[in-house]
Amino acid sequence: MTSVTPPPNQLLQMYRGMVRIRKFEEKVYLLFLEGKVLGTIHQYQGQEAVAVGVCGALRRDDCLTSTHRPHGHCIAKGVSLDSMMAELFGRATGCCKAKGGSMHMGDISVGAVPAIAIVAGGVTLAAGMGLAYKFQHNDRVVACFFGDGAVNEGAFHEGVNLAAIKQLPVIFVCENNFYAASTPMQLTTPVGIAERAAAYGIPGVVVDGNDVAAVYQATVTAVARARRGEGPTLIECQTYRTVGHSRGDPGAYRPKEEVELWKQKDPIARLRRSLIADEAATESEIAVIEAEADREIETAVAFAEASPPPQPEDALLHVYGEQVTA
Amino acid sequence: MKRLSIAEALREAMREEMQRDERVFLLGEDIGIPQGFGGAFTVTLGLSDEFGHERVVDTPISEKAIVGAAVGAAMMGMRPIADVQYSDFLFCAADEIVNQAAKMTYMSGGTVKVPMVLRAPVGATNRGAQHAQSPEGFFMHVPGWKVAVPATAYDAKGLLKTAVRDDSPVLIFEHKRLYGKGGRKEAGGLDLTSDIPDEEYCIPFGQAVIRREGSDLTVVATLLMMHRSLAAADLLAQEGINVEVIDPRTLVPFDDGTVLASVAKTGKLLIVEEDNLTGGWGAEVAARVADAGFDLLDAPIKRLASYDVPMPFAPVLENFVVPSVERIVEMARAIVKGKV
Repeated sequence: MTSVTPPPNQLLQMYRGMVRIRKFEEKVYLLFLEGKVLGTIHQYQGQEAVAVGVCGALRRDDCLTSTHRPHGHCIAKGVSLDSMMAELFGRATGCCKAKGGSMHMGDISVGAVPAIAIVAGGVTLAAGMGLAYKFQHNDRVVACFFGDGAVNEGAFHEGVNLAAIKQLPVIFVCENNFYAASTPMQLTTPVGIAERAAAYGIPGVVVDGNDVAAVYQATVTAVARARRGEGPTLIECQTYRTVGHSRGDPGAYRPKEEVELWKQKDPIARLRRSLIADEAATESEIAVIEAEADREIETAVAFAEASPPPQPEDALLHVYGEQVTA
Repeated sequence: MKRLSIAEALREAMREEMQRDERVFLLGEDIGIPQGFGGAFTVTLGLSDEFGHERVVDTPISEKAIVGAAVGAAMMGMRPIADVQYSDFLFCAADEIVNQAAKMTYMSGGTVKVPMVLRAPVGATNRGAQHAQSPEGFFMHVPGWKVAVPATAYDAKGLLKTAVRDDSPVLIFEHKRLYGKGGRKEAGGLDLTSDIPDEEYCIPFGQAVIRREGSDLTVVATLLMMHRSLAAADLLAQEGINVEVIDPRTLVPFDDGTVLASVAKTGKLLIVEEDNLTGGWGAEVAARVADAGFDLLDAPIKRLASYDVPMPFAPVLENFVVPSVERIVEMARAIVKGKV
């Protein structure tokens, strides 16, 4: 693979991107405990380098499909924090007008398809989106995110196979955090995930999913291939969620030592260390980025709290396509 | 003006829509292979010669991918017409149909639309239990899908063209015994062709047609059962029983008004469907008429449907299970004579 190292300025932007996700998720967790964020939440702490590295290699007019754990993908693709927080609060100003909630977060105007919370459900849709781009003779691509738990679903096989045989511009991004909810991968998946690519005759690469530059580089290569019309790539990003699967999960099924080991590989701390070591950023520049993210999130919370709830009768809107408003 | 079969009328609709709108394309198994079948029932025959393999996309046997790709392409501005060969295979793609296509517009707060068509042949044809179902009721149940059930070539063309232009996902259920030039013995020897006008037309959804007027009993039936109901009405007329036969043409949206107006005239309702009885679309129609038209009725609403069994293979068994002209006549006669 040709190496495309992001320039320092871009790395700093990626740092900013990861910090925004981390701080958003930490705030959402507190708001959930306060009862302000409703329903359930599946959080992204620890995996930020995947969303930011992949989306850093996409254009605004490229799209992504996401999963039940979508907050990081949405933030990285450019969905506004205000509209995301309002969605989590169930407010009319939410990015899905309070119809989606955490698990269907998205905003098509920035290329984030409302998240698909059926495991592997986005894989066949992403192939179809790629098929549309091929018909339209544009050079857009779609990044399809899914977890390690998705690769044993029939939809994964059918979607990747179709994309491969039709050479569709799709980047299949497996976020391998080694656990499908509580079930460890060695109980479910007999071969490495990237190795599956060979079965479809497409490139399969394993990257350190906690190294944002490595994720970015692998995605740049895959995107270039897709834009050239040469078809999909499967990128397996090995990473770890440092929190539970969903809201009430303490993660007792994971050895403490393993969690501690991965926390030491934290993608944000790691990039901060290298930015400082390489003199690509100063401590004070980093402090400014973090303070800005804090302010942005406080603004989002205030926006959500000030926003009205939807009218109950709004539940009857948007069932059919004629009701599409944007 | 020309006479076309349902298969030919569907093909003409697809041809016209592909000529009119470059966003329209076809997706399915065996639909465009050179020297192939033109789909399981010849409906797409020749279209790949005319439009090329880019717009008549042959897929693997992969229903989840066919439907999922149609959803994804529709979301990105295309207007796919996907084909699953037999409606029984819809269940292979249940997630894509029920969880993805039907809910994307809603989950997005009305910012993403899914203008796709899914064609699915129904009906029992001596192929055993897995190539025989009439599952319209399953999908009528899912908010987000529109459901069309064309029983004539004229309707098949007009409803398919409307489906392509609709901004919602639309399922079109076509009956295997009605595709051909007609006169197939099992269809009752009917002429299954229609006069198709030279000028373009579309048929709006939610408008039933009265296929035969009558004053003694209202029969609501779709697809093959609609034709059998017309045959039964002919026989009953010889006994002086005048049956009104209504073809809803779309199940979603459903034309309650035409059915209620007919029941206001006849006071009696028989619903005939090929799906098995429990939970079929006929149950929904019965509930609606009981709700909105209770005072119009002077007899119990009756449903005639296949028995609650998987479809058997042998003709003697299948013919027993699926409502026949004779069973429709008997049931209609009993209702009119107050013997139910």
